[in-house]
Amino acid sequence: MSLNKIFNIAGSGMNAQTVRLNTTASNMANAQSVSSSIDETYRARKPVFAPMLERYKQGISDEYGYQNPVTSFNPRDVAGEGVQVLGIVESNQELQMRHEPNHPMANEEGYVFYPNVNVVEEMTDMMAASRSFQTNVEVMNTTKQMMQRVLTLGQNG
Amino acid sequence: MSINFKNALGLHPDALNVRSKRSEILANNLANSDTPGYKARDLDFKGILKGEYENRQRMELNRTSQRHIPAAAIVMDQSLKFRTPHQPSIDGNTVETNIEQAEFAKNAMDFQSSFTFLNSKFSGLMKAMKSQS
Repeated sequence: MSLNKIFNIAGSGMNAQTVRLNTTASNMANAQSVSSSIDETYRARKPVFAPMLERYKQGISDEYGYQNPVTSFNPRDVAGEGVQVLGIVESNQELQMRHEPNHPMANEEGYVFYPNVNVVEEMTDMMAASRSFQTNVEVMNTTKQMMQRVLTLGQNG
Repeated sequence: MSINFKNALGLHPDALNVRSKRSEILANNLANSDTPGYKARDLDFKGILKGEYENRQRMELNRTSQRHIPAAAIVMDQSLKFRTPHQPSIDGNTVETNIEQAEFAKNAMDFQSSFTFLNSKFSGLMKAMKSQS
């Protein structure tokens, strides 16, 4: 029954949002981690989301080389089955270079490097992630009610 | 006289099936509400219903003998459509979370009503089978 798949879909959404929240927490925690060279400085991290498509419906073999049967010949008719996190990338925005000669981490010219974390942006990201998480929880709750309802079919006739 | 379940239950089992399929698609839209470039999909329930009625009238095999088994093909047009966004976002994502949430809730309600109809069909059959005393 296709209602079962909704749990997987909403679960993948919750998982993706958790990863996003995790990177936000990491960015916020390291927003003030200074260093004395460009290479060592922390850079803001962002997850990359991508839709998960039904591989078996396109007849593509999986990682074990098993060719799944084709159940839909038109790739346009394939609904996805959730969201996946392809990876985490580091922001290539410029680092903040500040002249603080008295700082213990300052280099020979008296500069320290601050991470390119935009705290305001991270806060909005955090709010968006938690809202999306809540939405997925609601989807799961509604689906649970629908399934429980189906189980009562034919009872108290 | 035997009871033909297909005739007795009518459209409701198929409707329930389409509703659960649609809830899957809407859940997928909601899960991908932050995915760049994702295009929101949806089923056209009215179109499916129309196709269903036409199929019922059209797709029946001719019987040249009384002893032939009647065959009727119920083929659903389950082609997915793309949703047209009211406010396209800059990353190419066309999911509007509020609209998807509203559609999901509506779909859940329609699922409940389809289920209620189906359930009452069953209780009607049960009543017919019970002895009247």
